Amino acid sequence: MIKTPEQLNEKIAACSACLDGKFKGEQGKRAVVLCGGTGCLSSNSAEIREKFQKVIDEKGLHDKVSVNQVGCFGFCSQGPFVKIFPEDTLYRMVKLEDVEEIVEKDLLGGEIVERLLYVDPATGEKVQRQDDINFYKKQHRIALHGCGTIDPENIDEALGFGGYQGLMRALTMTRQEVIDEVLKAGLRGRGGGGFPTGRKWQFAYNEAGDEKYVVCNGDEGDPGAFMDRSILEGNPLAVIEGMVIAGYAIGAKNGYFYVRAEYPVAVRRLRIAIKEAKEIGLLGENILGTGFSFNVHIRLGAGAFVCGEETALLNSIEGKRGMPRPRPPFPAVKGLWQCPTIVNNVETLACVPYILREGWEAFAKYGTEKSKGTKVFALGGKINNVGLVEVPMGTTLRELIYDIGGGIPNGKEFKAIQTGGPSGGCLTKEYLDEPIDFDNLVAKGSMMGSGGAIVMDEDNCMVDVAKFYMEFICDESCGKCTPCRIGTKRMLEILTKITEGKGEPDDITALEELVHVTQNGSLCALGQTAANPVKSTMTHFMDEYLAHINDKKCPAHVCKNLMQYKIVKDSCFGCGMCAKQCPASAISRTDYVAPGKKLAAMEIDPQKCVKCGACMSTCKFKAIIKE
Amino acid sequence: MSLVNIKIEGHPYQVEAGLTILEAAKRCGYDIPSLCAFNHGECNQGSCRVCLVEATGARGLVASCVYPVSEGMEITISSPKAVQARRISVELLLSNHSAWCQECGKNGSCELLRVAQMTGARVINKAGARTPVTVDELSPSIIRDTSKCILCGRCIARCQNAHGLSVLGFENRGFNTIVGPAENRSFMDSPCILCGQCVSVCPTGALLEKSEIWKIDEAKKAGKYIVVQTAPAVRAALGEEFGMKIGTPVTGKMVAALKRLGFDKVYDTNFGADLTIMEEANELVNRIKNGGVLPMITSCSPGWVNYAEYYYGDQLDHLSSCKSPHEMFGAIVKSYFAEKNGIDPKNIFVVSIMPCTAKKFEKERDQLKNAAGLPDVDCVLTTRELGDLIRRSGINFAKLPDEEFDQDLLGEYTGAGVIFGVTGGVMEAALRTAYHILTGKEHELVKFEQVRGLEGIKEAAIDIDGTTVNVAVAHGMKNAKVLMDEVRAGTSKYTFIEIMGCPGGCVAGGGQPYVKPCFLPNEDIDILDTYKAKRSAALYTEDERQTVRQSHNNTQIQQLYKDYLGEPCGHRAHELLHTTYAARERFN
Repeated sequence: MIKTPEQLNEKIAACSACLDGKFKGEQGKRAVVLCGGTGCLSSNSAEIREKFQKVIDEKGLHDKVSVNQVGCFGFCSQGPFVKIFPEDTLYRMVKLEDVEEIVEKDLLGGEIVERLLYVDPATGEKVQRQDDINFYKKQHRIALHGCGTIDPENIDEALGFGGYQGLMRALTMTRQEVIDEVLKAGLRGRGGGGFPTGRKWQFAYNEAGDEKYVVCNGDEGDPGAFMDRSILEGNPLAVIEGMVIAGYAIGAKNGYFYVRAEYPVAVRRLRIAIKEAKEIGLLGENILGTGFSFNVHIRLGAGAFVCGEETALLNSIEGKRGMPRPRPPFPAVKGLWQCPTIVNNVETLACVPYILREGWEAFAKYGTEKSKGTKVFALGGKINNVGLVEVPMGTTLRELIYDIGGGIPNGKEFKAIQTGGPSGGCLTKEYLDEPIDFDNLVAKGSMMGSGGAIVMDEDNCMVDVAKFYMEFICDESCGKCTPCRIGTKRMLEILTKITEGKGEPDDITALEELVHVTQNGSLCALGQTAANPVKSTMTHFMDEYLAHINDKKCPAHVCKNLMQYKIVKDSCFGCGMCAKQCPASAISRTDYVAPGKKLAAMEIDPQKCVKCGACMSTCKFKAIIKE
Repeated sequence: MSLVNIKIEGHPYQVEAGLTILEAAKRCGYDIPSLCAFNHGECNQGSCRVCLVEATGARGLVASCVYPVSEGMEITISSPKAVQARRISVELLLSNHSAWCQECGKNGSCELLRVAQMTGARVINKAGARTPVTVDELSPSIIRDTSKCILCGRCIARCQNAHGLSVLGFENRGFNTIVGPAENRSFMDSPCILCGQCVSVCPTGALLEKSEIWKIDEAKKAGKYIVVQTAPAVRAALGEEFGMKIGTPVTGKMVAALKRLGFDKVYDTNFGADLTIMEEANELVNRIKNGGVLPMITSCSPGWVNYAEYYYGDQLDHLSSCKSPHEMFGAIVKSYFAEKNGIDPKNIFVVSIMPCTAKKFEKERDQLKNAAGLPDVDCVLTTRELGDLIRRSGINFAKLPDEEFDQDLLGEYTGAGVIFGVTGGVMEAALRTAYHILTGKEHELVKFEQVRGLEGIKEAAIDIDGTTVNVAVAHGMKNAKVLMDEVRAGTSKYTFIEIMGCPGGCVAGGGQPYVKPCFLPNEDIDILDTYKAKRSAALYTEDERQTVRQSHNNTQIQQLYKDYLGEPCGHRAHELLHTTYAARERFN
């Protein structure tokens, strides 16, 4: 048991030395680390790790080579990753059958397995080290500190990598000094709202009361977003430390993690970290002999999107139906069980130890005037480098999409980026050079949200995109307030009607009215932002709406009722593969033989075609088009 | 009380700090359309979004029912933005609402239609899919029709606040959300006490009593001899159905109306109440003298009896075995009265006008049928249904003369019977008679002030010839639970307990006229705080006016025992006037 700061310092020194030794390969030892994030685990990284261990044991290398998992590397489209220390070689897209080759060649032969290295798509060059990959070059890790580096199920590695130093410093300060530090750092809530974290803490601190709570919002719900999951999976102790610091600052004795049950790996690692921290005295009663006690509890969410809204989340923790409460009173005044409560997002809490450990200046030196530090984005959609990136605030959309994201695949043209998930808005190419920060995104008609960033190209129909997000929101509405419950349903119905080619000019007016009432009249942020995708697509892509309604055309050829497949007869070699694939027997041979071709061309009967697209993906000659 | 300065529509006002915008505006003379808000925040969830206004210092529009006023706040009700949003909110509600207004039991008193009128809502371009509908007509008391529900949550809050129960709750999510008992069960398959408090707060016709007016038509067609009786609380509220001020007693007009509705006999349930007291006071004295189960608890309120059977099934021997007054009355009509008048009980149809929806269920209990299988009471109408019946018959209630109940055989009643309609009334009536049984004297004061009033739990130590009897009175099951937990734990210090299902007793029963301030322009704005006291006062006044105020001094009651029943709690009395209870599973 660690009972004093001195004892913890000793422990940290020992852990640091050990971790350093692993990275530097002291005593001729080498280390294999594998990504243990949910993405890579679903690509068999756990089995690959077992196989490494097995092969290494068989070769009698177990004294010389250690194998362990680490958190998410972020570059998820290239996983699973295997990294070898001390050389720092990064292998990507590793499969079970590659293990023996890596052991033979690299671990035994000292030779790099070239074919498993990352290839820069622009230059065609192979890149050996992670830091030299473009995807990582412009990133800076604060919230993701330790993710992809330390073993999240081993508290020693977390302690050896800066863990608990922030709390140690905090405990030497007064509560107000801790709050001031966070205020000066300029940390704002990473869950979507962007409310200054220090001010939230100050409100709760100012409230009288013996019982106060810290709640960590890990109910990440945006489709495609997984920053909170990766942080909890990659360095759970950092989030716990952030929560304990917050608890010290406001005078709370208990904290709740609210994590969705669909994150079993995150929950397991969080449980392990809590247990380990308790066992060595870093959680519980009288932490480090300071008289400050703090206990941490976990509550699992059943996956309702609305429970990411803080008051609905509090209801859920209390065992009630996850429905938002009217505000005021704000949770800082009356929160969990009517006690002063702060609700902070996982990523927000993960930034706190850094601020306390390195000082507010170190954090505030990144970012823009009003948005400090870094932000993690889940980059997805029509982009080459899909994954998790952490960039300083103020990075431009162009840097995010092209430098880090590697641009749009297949030479397609960028159309828009949807930031802020289903509650956000889309930004078009004229905004590409806008710096990303809380206020600027809102000013441009979108929002930061929790950091989802979905890229869309010329093949995306924006009415269809709006419909997709509206379907999600409509499904996830809790049903409490009228505009969200019925308004989103009516918007979805109208959007469906438009994409089915049944739109009428009046639908635009109806949509505008519904946007107004949901945005201005809904009870909680879910409803207030529900109309954003409709609003922003109507702002930037009204031409697409009108094409659907007036011309009955879908310019991106996505909406099935408004497009058809067609065979360009002069390009058709008459191979007949398309007809074989067609499930509706809609393709038959004509008697037209195109110049230079031997067989008669095929054609599609639009009456029979079910628009599945099987023919198009089968055709090797690109003779089938959508129009 | 600290005050804050606000402006509404540019005009300065001073209002209490802490008020919501809605309440503040009301006090300043503005009527913001609202639906989910009711009774000073009893159920304010800010869910319907019909009361949206602009307020400085807030983002977007705010729901005035939940947003508090603050110093310097400027509130705009009439801005185009707010007007439009309120209208669209109502249009959205209407777009998912049953449009059969002319068939709805709330026609004329529907709050949704009122706000639709106020906001100028038209559905036109908002029509679309409807939430799947459940209609629960299985219970004899309450009908739930989710096609009319606007999910305001008032009923849920009322069930919790009145009874500490959550029989109703939200189910499903988003557009499929409905309100209902767990698993969308029927009220009959849920531990619902059928008190009807939810009905009394519902802004639309989603919750309504199950009307039995048709049964009267059927009985008439069948040539039955129809005896009608009215509960004491009805006379204190029926006038409200016809625009009279709350608290106006209308006994004479009510009788006149009933006599014009083709009933063969018009009696007062007060006679049954007096009879109940005779039996109950004697039962109490017997229990005290013979070491019976104590405390003894009243059993007049069917809501309370339902609650006891569901939640305290192990404590049912504490309940008085007395039937409730209208059931006793029905039993006597179909025996003594039938015999005296030479009518076959099978041809008698007993109608009870009650302030209560649970009475509709009660009359169907197997325990309340006579040996021949005839129910003591055939039909129960709520006060509201009586209003409907009178309207339907073209009677101008306000113009009716005052008339007297039929006086023969079962017509006399005492002040003790009248006060059954208020919380504490049964206790007071019973004490008047118990005192007499134990001492042979009348209590000098008659009034037992300690058990009057609207406090949740009242208690008193009554001195009866040197012996102190501890009694308690509770109304609303939340309060009943406090006393019942003591009873179950064996720590109850009381000898006699009165429990009434509805908070405030029968005057505020679930079958009484709706008290919706928006439809009561001539009442004070605090009417929701005062209506129970006003209706109670009407009954206490009638008690004071009676020359005979103790049940045992009712000469027709004395005659009934002499001619027919024998001793109170005797063999025949037991057969006709007492009943049994059975524990019920909460969810089968």
